Amino acid sequence: MIPTLSRRRLLQTAAAAVAVLPLVTPDSAYAGTSIQRDTLEAFADTVVPGAKRFAGDRIVAGATAGPGAVDAGAWLLYNDPDVGLAVAIPGLVAAINAEAAAYALTHRTLLDVRVPPFVALDFDARTAVVGQLLRGSGVVQLLWYAVAAMAMLAFHTAGHLDTAAAVRAGHPGLAWLGFPLPDPDGIWRFPDFSYRQELAALHPLTTNTGNPA
Amino acid sequence: MSAICERTDVLVIGTGFGGAIPAYNLAAGGAKVIMLERGPELGAADFTQSLEIGGYTRIVDLIQGNGIQVVAGNCVGGSSVVYFAASLRAPSFVFERRGSAGRRLWPSGLTRSALDPWYDRVEATIPVAQQSWDDVPYAGGVWAAACANAGHTCNPVPLAVDLEHCTNCNWMLNGCRFDAKRSMLLNYLPAARAHGAQVRPLHEVQSIAKSLTPGYRYRVDYTVVDASDYRIPAGAGSIEAKVVIVAAGTMGTPVILKRSGLGLGSVPSAVGKYFSPNGDRVSMAVLDEGAVGNVLGLERAPGTAYEAFPIGKPIGSMSYDYLDPARPEFERFGLQQIYFPAITNLLPEDGTPAAPDWYGVDKKLLSQRWRSWLTLLAMTEDDNEGQWGVLPPTGNFLRVASSAVVSSLTYQPNANTRRGFAASDAALRSIIEKDGIGKHLDWVGGQPVLSAHPLASCRLGDDPATSALGPDHQLRGHAGLFVTDGSAVPTSLTVNPSLTIAALAERASPGIARFARSLGLDVAASVPPPGG
Repeated sequence: MIPTLSRRRLLQTAAAAVAVLPLVTPDSAYAGTSIQRDTLEAFADTVVPGAKRFAGDRIVAGATAGPGAVDAGAWLLYNDPDVGLAVAIPGLVAAINAEAAAYALTHRTLLDVRVPPFVALDFDARTAVVGQLLRGSGVVQLLWYAVAAMAMLAFHTAGHLDTAAAVRAGHPGLAWLGFPLPDPDGIWRFPDFSYRQELAALHPLTTNTGNPA
Repeated sequence: MSAICERTDVLVIGTGFGGAIPAYNLAAGGAKVIMLERGPELGAADFTQSLEIGGYTRIVDLIQGNGIQVVAGNCVGGSSVVYFAASLRAPSFVFERRGSAGRRLWPSGLTRSALDPWYDRVEATIPVAQQSWDDVPYAGGVWAAACANAGHTCNPVPLAVDLEHCTNCNWMLNGCRFDAKRSMLLNYLPAARAHGAQVRPLHEVQSIAKSLTPGYRYRVDYTVVDASDYRIPAGAGSIEAKVVIVAAGTMGTPVILKRSGLGLGSVPSAVGKYFSPNGDRVSMAVLDEGAVGNVLGLERAPGTAYEAFPIGKPIGSMSYDYLDPARPEFERFGLQQIYFPAITNLLPEDGTPAAPDWYGVDKKLLSQRWRSWLTLLAMTEDDNEGQWGVLPPTGNFLRVASSAVVSSLTYQPNANTRRGFAASDAALRSIIEKDGIGKHLDWVGGQPVLSAHPLASCRLGDDPATSALGPDHQLRGHAGLFVTDGSAVPTSLTVNPSLTIAALAERASPGIARFARSLGLDVAASVPPPGG
């Protein structure tokens, strides 16, 4: 753990480095889609990791097999107007990359400047950076929880899609959960829902309305 | 609406259990009643079976406080539209609770037996159904079997559900598209409207002030909010009333009243203090399908023991074993099986000792066993530790997005409450982990406390220092200003609170009518229940 003051100085330095990143990596030289998308997708992949989508995938770290938040549509959810996070994305991305650059400095890690600092980190380092961001307090911490939650919601709920359409289309997160299919009309009903057997004795003092005494 | 100021006999703020019930009783008794609701009005045809943000988020608020997050309804019908319909009477010992105050917290004379006639009336009106074992879904069945395996009893939970028409779809949080869940939309609210009560959705009350018009005691100021974005004001107005009933919900009522301090002269210092999350303690199990089959002897389909987490009604069964009056206070709790939709999947720990706890590779692997999850709710005895801080500029909270709101509520459980949490954790673990049926996991991925049952932010009582309301639900020092929602409940209940909130609102109604009569209004103090 580094002292607070030097940590702040490091973050300031990292933030300055991140701010000039677009200048040293003009669009033609940038290896990814956009700094914002790549950073947030890498963040989402840290929360719900997936397998690399193609050889040389820099965004998805490939920490585990199967789909992850990126495949599930996290970027779409971050930009969903009903979520309300879009306006904060530039600031969030700057903060993630500042934290990543500070991590690299304190861990003597050389970063590939062709991608955002957070994307340049390996999965364990990304996990440490996400953990550092989530350790804050107050409204700032709530914001980072929201960023993590969107990755979860993309994967576990397909929050940017109608659920019936998503599960029918084989949404990777819902499929991973084993989310049940709806009836042909798109509505869920479960006519078989109960073991239909007495499975425990009732409390001896249960009232005639089924309540505790 | 008058360009100057509209007037009514009775103004009700909120349309959930606490608002709809007195609104019906007073309208049926002959009063002119207007109800203001900050959320939209939706019905069965509008309710979706979808987790798409922008759908259910229109009617559910996820409220972030400091140390706590709370889920609450935001629509006509209030939380009755989005709740899971468990309808239980609070055990007798709850009414005798003393907490760390060391004296009885409920008003004298308000006991379980005193409230039973009002419970009867609500149960008959809603109506509440008793589940048989044939009605209990797989998740409730497996919980009952696990309890029995550990030497415990377990009961099917009474529900405000039409069991004949329920499809066991497990989408109750979104509102019931089959009208099988008997929310206020199906009983008290239509009955109130049949007697002339008006319901005005998207009307967010800001404050209450003394009225200067002779014969009218209060003026209620509201903002109309945009139907597609509740953060955008679309109008404003005021209504003067002879009687005001505040039932904006436990999370809304104290904010409105505290903001009204200037307009009312003052409000009791207990407003916005002594909040209780009903001792809610959520956790879960991930079950071993082999053990469920071999140890519990369950099989729902050939070769499948359980794998049924998303199937059924959300609440099936509950053990009353720890609702034992002989146990010490803070160590009594109800243990309930409850389904939480996948929107809460962020919260469970991943079940491994290594960091991180609730995200990353191990969490994703845990979610692959989602159909073998079993979420559990312990409702314990907390010590009313919550209180509000700085008021938001408008409304009940700071609305960040459609359902994402931030409240200044702070909740830090003290040693008494934590003792109850530890005791309920141990009880759940002993049941779940006996004979390797499953592994008990904590919910660690959010704030320390998650509650769907906020209570006691403006509570009843005999002691003016610690209860903002007198035993008749009247705000101390403000004749004709009543509070009838969950905020009036003095303590946690160890069961789901909706039936108790409803019974207290029924119990309060004749007194409110008598007050109206004292003002010269021709209002019957006693009316038959809706449909009665």
